[in-house]
Amino acid sequence: MANDPKSGWTALNRFGFGARGDGDLAAAAADPRGFLLAEVDQPGIALLDGPGLASTPSLLKALFDEQEKRRLEREGADRAKIASALQVVQGAEPPQMQMAATGDAAAPTQAAKPPPSVEQIAYRAEALARVQRATAARAGFVERLVCFWSNHFCVSVAKGQFIRVSAGAFEREAIRPHALGRFVDMLKAVEQHPSMIFYLDNQQSIGPESKAGLNRKRGLNENLAREIMELHTLGVDGGYTQADVTAFARVITGWTFVGREGRLGPPGSPLFFANFHEPGAQTVFGKTYSQSDREQGLAVLDDLARAPATARHIATKFAKHFVADDPPPALVDRLAQNFTATQGDLKALAKTLIASPEAWSAPAAKLRNPYEFLVASARVTGRTPVDAGPILGGLATLGQPLWSPAGPNGFADTAASWISPEGMKARLDISWQIASRIPDMANPVDMLDKIAGAAASTETRQAVARAESKQQALALLLMSPEMQRR
Amino acid sequence: MKDHMLCETPSLTRRSILSTSGALFAWANMPRLASAAGARDPRFVTIILRGALDGLSAVGPIGDPDYAGLHGDIALSLTGPDAARPLDSFFALNPGMPNFHRLFGARQAAVVHAVATGYRERSHFDGQDVLESGYPGPGFATSGWLNRALAQLPAGQSVRQRGGLGVGVVTPLVLRGAAPVVGWAPQIVQPAGDDLGRRLLELYQHGDPALGDALARGLDIDKIASREMNGEKGSRGGMDSVAGMIQAARGAAKLLAADDGPRVAALAFDGWDTHANEGGPRGRLAQLLSGLDGAFAEFEKGLGDKWRDTFVIAVTEFGRTARINGTVGTDHGTATVAFLAGGAVAGGRVIADWPGLKDRQLFQNRDLAPTTDLRAVLKGALSDHLGVGAAALGTQVFPDSIAVKPMKDLVAA
Repeated sequence: MANDPKSGWTALNRFGFGARGDGDLAAAAADPRGFLLAEVDQPGIALLDGPGLASTPSLLKALFDEQEKRRLEREGADRAKIASALQVVQGAEPPQMQMAATGDAAAPTQAAKPPPSVEQIAYRAEALARVQRATAARAGFVERLVCFWSNHFCVSVAKGQFIRVSAGAFEREAIRPHALGRFVDMLKAVEQHPSMIFYLDNQQSIGPESKAGLNRKRGLNENLAREIMELHTLGVDGGYTQADVTAFARVITGWTFVGREGRLGPPGSPLFFANFHEPGAQTVFGKTYSQSDREQGLAVLDDLARAPATARHIATKFAKHFVADDPPPALVDRLAQNFTATQGDLKALAKTLIASPEAWSAPAAKLRNPYEFLVASARVTGRTPVDAGPILGGLATLGQPLWSPAGPNGFADTAASWISPEGMKARLDISWQIASRIPDMANPVDMLDKIAGAAASTETRQAVARAESKQQALALLLMSPEMQRR
Repeated sequence: MKDHMLCETPSLTRRSILSTSGALFAWANMPRLASAAGARDPRFVTIILRGALDGLSAVGPIGDPDYAGLHGDIALSLTGPDAARPLDSFFALNPGMPNFHRLFGARQAAVVHAVATGYRERSHFDGQDVLESGYPGPGFATSGWLNRALAQLPAGQSVRQRGGLGVGVVTPLVLRGAAPVVGWAPQIVQPAGDDLGRRLLELYQHGDPALGDALARGLDIDKIASREMNGEKGSRGGMDSVAGMIQAARGAAKLLAADDGPRVAALAFDGWDTHANEGGPRGRLAQLLSGLDGAFAEFEKGLGDKWRDTFVIAVTEFGRTARINGTVGTDHGTATVAFLAGGAVAGGRVIADWPGLKDRQLFQNRDLAPTTDLRAVLKGALSDHLGVGAAALGTQVFPDSIAVKPMKDLVAA
């Protein structure tokens, strides 16, 4: 595929996060597939580390400590309710006016706010690191893969402080190391991670015949077991029954994490708690598992990962995300076969997508989701975010608050779900905000050339060139079909 | 975004404070300021009209026999339901500007006509660069003439000391630079203007109808919502709307009026690129002009007794074609008008060396020909109102413009 501008555009937009305009479009056009393969083959490319990014146990320990401190403070406050009430009044924020920044700096500090909490600090640091990585990435295909798997195995910070503090670490620890590795390893890492355990309530699930179950009047919680089968592996039509869900739930009783007291290990670290575990063999999806302890659940995950229904489910979702809402059956078949043949080698899956002609010929009918749109905008304007605030605010406004989907099925992944009247209006306002905050910008017509080149339509070129100001021109560029579609 | 609340009460934050390094001119060298012995405490406001204002529909040369024929349906006229307001025997003001007309009558407003920067091409982007940077050509877009003018003032002089106010989420280029500037925006989250929405809908109509349908419905819903919230007709409050312009001017006036507030401000109003359905005495342009007119009124009201020592000037990157086009609008042109208002303006007159509108008198047989260099007007104001020295005006403030002499007697004695 020698010098192919259209495929260069496809490489950057369908697979990646859009062009940065630093010569990447030409590089992609020169060898579209090689451009992507080079990124995928870069060792450790999916891993993310950096200052302010801590491990799940240390984050959870900090959270537990802060919660304990808050509890003690509350108790203290109860003893002096009047004083406390007074303090609340004094601490309330006065009505503020807003100051605009000259340049794009954040609004100046306002009157005394309570110091940010442990979970806010962690959430913002993780968000910023993630967005900076995506903004700086060469093609961004690997970051797109991370986003895909993170949404497939989603947790939601809406569940509370526990997830807010750990969602970013969850992605770094359970998703990233395996995004170009094996599916079964990602599956095992995810389902044992405290963040997922807490999100789907498995720390509360107690085997009825376990030591704890016999002592207490509490029992199974099927939430995690069901979502593993329905969402993470087999898919809703994967052929499992309610009996399979219940049996599997028994299998993974005891999969939990160490609490604040740290009696069984470092607080916040994964734990198999035998006292909760349902003893004995279980039959799941036609096979009997008689392993003991944690091994029993890991064996079920091994089998779920290699079930044909899982290959089909993953292949379909993968093709829908990258290529089309209604993907070509031949593409889905090829991806599913590859998944099965390689025993869930996710790098091979990514390479199969790169090698598939359908991925290069399908029209750009998908709409960038809000995260992809904001990252693509940051890349186009060459402005790496230095503060998580605007990105997190923008994502919330656009309906995709970071790591906060409404349910365990993650954010919707069809064009129709994002092409809503209020969504498009919000995109327009945000595009204008982005554009109107850039003081010294290059000519947006040149920017369009750098990011789309020959792939830019005449209409878009004219609309940008005829805008009444550079700010308006950039806003039109950000809203153009070339930037919105992929 | 979500965590940014809207607000209407302005206040200040120092964005950058520059140390007051060596004064180039001694205080006593400023003739007008010196004669006033420090009694004057001037305010200076620049409003940038982005998109190129049609000067011939804003201030119509109704006494020119060729005007009505050239400007067609959007020409101003002294008769009819939307009669223009006469300024003198030759010029009349767009009916959307009653406040400016009143100020003009009180000799607190003036118009400069057939005026243009030194830029003779027709690109908005480059034209705005030239207008705001003050350089002879585009490509010097890192600082503006108003900021460099501030930097030329002697340290300790009140205007220099109090610095500039940039209105908007980003300070307009005209006021960016090394001299200290504070920023304020009426709303931290400025909604996209109606004009941007219209342009995008047009792009989608040809390129992506599905996105167009969704956006059109979203904008409609938003209009209804904002109408219900504000109890007024459908503007989103962007800087191309009457509400947005008035809000910005009201806040800026409040800040400028404060004894310890800034003395110089720059605002930018959008939406003047009227290629289609421009309207003349009524319609889109008249609506925009009424926003600008409302802004003048807000400055007058908000500045109180400071108004008598205030000079407001509204300028645009270039004018529009003298003839109307096939979509009842005008295309990019050359000369246009500048509006001057304030108690410090030697007003009540239209300052013009009228070039005429016959085909051969038009610039490139197309535009109102420029007969006054906008830099002369700006230099006159900066020199006589703020006390910026002539040498600095010709070199640092407006580089390579020594030949452009400051216009005299713009400032009331």
